[in-house]
Amino acid sequence: MNLRWSGDTMLLVEFDQAIDPEINAQAIGLAARLQSRLGHIVRDVVPSYCSVGIHFDPLLTDLGALERVVEEEANRRPSEDADGSQRPPIDIPVEYGGEAGPDLDAVAEWASCTAAEVIARHSAPTYRVYMLGFVPGFAYLGRVDSRIAVPRRRVPRDSVPAGSVGIAGEQTGVYPISTPGGWNLIGRTRTRMFDAARMPASLVQPGDLVRFVAARPL
Amino acid sequence: MSDAGLIVKRPGLLSTVQDLGRWGHQALGVPVAGPMDVYSHRLANLLVGNAADAATLEVTLIGPDLQFEGRSLIAVCGAEFDIAVNGQQAATGASLVVAAGARVQFGRRRAGARAYLAVAGGLRTPVLLGSRATHLVSAMGGVDGRALVAGDRIPYPPYEGLPLSRRAPLAILPNQGRARLRILEGPQAEWFSKSARATLGSVSFRVSPRSNRMGYRLEGPPLARAHDGEPISEPTPFGSIQVPSAGEPILLMADRQTAGGYPKIGAVIAADLPVAGQLAPGDRIEFTWCTRHEAAAALIARERPLLRVADADGRA
Repeated sequence: MNLRWSGDTMLLVEFDQAIDPEINAQAIGLAARLQSRLGHIVRDVVPSYCSVGIHFDPLLTDLGALERVVEEEANRRPSEDADGSQRPPIDIPVEYGGEAGPDLDAVAEWASCTAAEVIARHSAPTYRVYMLGFVPGFAYLGRVDSRIAVPRRRVPRDSVPAGSVGIAGEQTGVYPISTPGGWNLIGRTRTRMFDAARMPASLVQPGDLVRFVAARPL
Repeated sequence: MSDAGLIVKRPGLLSTVQDLGRWGHQALGVPVAGPMDVYSHRLANLLVGNAADAATLEVTLIGPDLQFEGRSLIAVCGAEFDIAVNGQQAATGASLVVAAGARVQFGRRRAGARAYLAVAGGLRTPVLLGSRATHLVSAMGGVDGRALVAGDRIPYPPYEGLPLSRRAPLAILPNQGRARLRILEGPQAEWFSKSARATLGSVSFRVSPRSNRMGYRLEGPPLARAHDGEPISEPTPFGSIQVPSAGEPILLMADRQTAGGYPKIGAVIAADLPVAGQLAPGDRIEFTWCTRHEAAAALIARERPLLRVADADGRA
């Protein structure tokens, strides 16, 4: 575990740098405890795969005290850290293939299997939400079955339809809004991943479990 | 009393409502947004008696043409623009009362890239996740999550107070299109060769036209890595200098994504972020490595003029 300053406005806690559920649970658990202890005096506490960033106002923050509290919490490994995996998995219905999944056949070809097998392999696992980023509500889910872990497209699309479900290597995810994107699109969901007026705004939080469910096209 | 409207006659190049930013939700991927030059935003608010988190209008390169339905106390800080109120030249960097029906037009720009128009009581667009800041890519906040267009009407409380005349110290602007930005080492500084780090601190970089509120692409010598690989995505503060594999650095600005997977060689210090916010494509940056102690001292030095404005009472 490593503590380092990122510029003079963020303190970064780095755990072992790997995409791993236990390390991720450590980061998420630490972020929750820091939010609870420091939330009223720092600007933001942000977990990622294996790190936690604590954003602060350098004019208003006692850096020594901040570092002490963060280090103290980072060195604790409480078994009672709440992890999203204690919540039931969230099911996301997906219309696979066709117009909704323009890359499904290309993924099947890459994987030397049928489109139906891609769908089966994509919808079988229960995925972990490692972190959110890129745009509001975009969850990085892992791990994708290695047989269909096709690398991201060489040339990204200028515009990916909102709700698109994609694969990029070992990660899968849903585009909450229409943006440029380089992931391989295998389906689409109508589920609203993010709504700023909703409480909570994001359907999923770091540490949650997600399953994709093949839905009949409507 | 109900709100009056600030009517947009002509929107200017890129005018957005901003406050101190949408903090507290980056864990959900919600970017902070906020002013590119927070110092000038705060200064403008101070001049009209607002709290720092009141929403202002950030105008970029070409300013708008506005009409105030109701009386207001306003101030414009940041980039130096010619301003006309009902056709008469008005000073920036000072608060002034405009009568109901007043027309405020931004004219020629002389220095800097972005100015902040504050109105007493603040602009009253809807609050989204605790902030009025506009984030363009995700279409959140401000006026429907976008830049202003002609015909927009932004609510604000009509001003019923005394004429107030406060002057601001000058904004910190790039000098003839050049800025010196002090930097600290980033979390992946050691991923870069010693010569790359020396180059970053000695060569001047040009802000590419492919720059926007998310970040500035910088044209200059590529920065060589000391080892291969990509770091795993981690949170990214304002001012981070990230370097994709091609080697040309990107300076992350107000609308940056909440996390990123490019190595970060350095970060612009908080005291110099407002100066970075005053750069436009074609401007040049010289980075200077500094110590944490110097960064802290620089921040305090930046704050002093703001404290003096808050103390002085220039009521007319």
